[in-house]
Amino acid sequence: MSPAAPVRAIGASVLRAVRGLGRFSLFVTAVLDAGARPPFRLRRLLGEVYDAGVLSLLIVCVSGFAVGMVLGLQGHNTLSRFGAEESLGAVVGLSLIRELGPVLTSLLVAGRAGSAIAAEIAAMNVTEQLDGLRMMSVEPLDFVVAPKALGMILAMPLLSTLFVVFGILGGWMVGVAVLGGDSGSYLSTLEDSVAFWEDVVGGIIKGVVFGVLVGFIATFRGFTARATTAGVSAAATSTVVIASVATLIFDYFITALWGY
Amino acid sequence: MRESPARELWVGLFVLVGLAALAWLSFSVGGVESLRAGGLQLTATFDEIGGLKKRAQVVIGGVRVGQVKSIDLSDDFRARVTLDVDQKLALPADTSASILTSGVLGDQYIALEPGGEPDMLRSGEPIQFTQSAVILERLIGKLIQNIGGDSKEQE
Repeated sequence: MSPAAPVRAIGASVLRAVRGLGRFSLFVTAVLDAGARPPFRLRRLLGEVYDAGVLSLLIVCVSGFAVGMVLGLQGHNTLSRFGAEESLGAVVGLSLIRELGPVLTSLLVAGRAGSAIAAEIAAMNVTEQLDGLRMMSVEPLDFVVAPKALGMILAMPLLSTLFVVFGILGGWMVGVAVLGGDSGSYLSTLEDSVAFWEDVVGGIIKGVVFGVLVGFIATFRGFTARATTAGVSAAATSTVVIASVATLIFDYFITALWGY
Repeated sequence: MRESPARELWVGLFVLVGLAALAWLSFSVGGVESLRAGGLQLTATFDEIGGLKKRAQVVIGGVRVGQVKSIDLSDDFRARVTLDVDQKLALPADTSASILTSGVLGDQYIALEPGGEPDMLRSGEPIQFTQSAVILERLIGKLIQNIGGDSKEQE
């Protein structure tokens, strides 16, 4: 083995990463291009919003409520040491709106809907349905991929908002109804501490960005998967892994740039 | 390829409920109305603002009437605080502003005390009479100096 071999291995992996990113960017521009031209597949888009959004409602709302309950319990225990139980609303609301709502929703949706999108497109590739569409001169990027990606981008901020609202309800349940905090101060500290521009709009921006990430990563992994059964499962797995890591990394940068 | 009506209904419901949740977060929790222009903007210059922050409350007699809009340094190196106060208030020109703390370690806020002059403050006008924040550490420092420091009599 020549001494240059490890260096070459590093170079090769960097080149592979750059090539992958380049392919991803070309894919995203091609999908946006296909989606921006008529025919607009509104029926397809509706179906995808149903698959990504409506079918994720239950898991998102239940998880949001559970996270809110935990925040209420932990927050109450910690704050009562300083005699500051009345700030519970601020603690629950801010942590949900700024971070937990968008991030956890994105992780949940990547696992639930993202993997399904990747597996579906990869399976369409294996069973030559994508080639069949091309044969009928229907562009798969336009007919299959663009509605799925756009549906995810539409559904994610709405799901994230619902996660936050159910979390605030869950925190109220535990902090006020169970542990006997004051309902008025829960809501008033919540309202006082949450700012529209910094917090609410920042949270929505996170939801949209995470929707873009999950939507495009899932469709990309599905579309470029190897046309084998193993390729289908690899596409689903790598979608969840890449989308989750991308969500967490992007979350840091959005938080830093948005200037909390 | 038509979507079934039930699906359309579900998607419609999903979008509506999501938007309603967003509206609640924005208007009720986020207080989007505080962004609206046209509130009464007053400035007050303090020697020391302590830990006062943007969006701190402005109160009169304990009732919340506005918030701190911005804090910057004036030309003579004092802290200039811009307050955004409810426009409906008619504050006399000799109103005074002081920075207080809620509780020992609580948040700092600005309390306005209306004076008795017939002229009213208009938007953009400075509040003349201000009282700076009390810095607990400095008070304790002075106290220790007074008790222990016979030799070094600085203050």
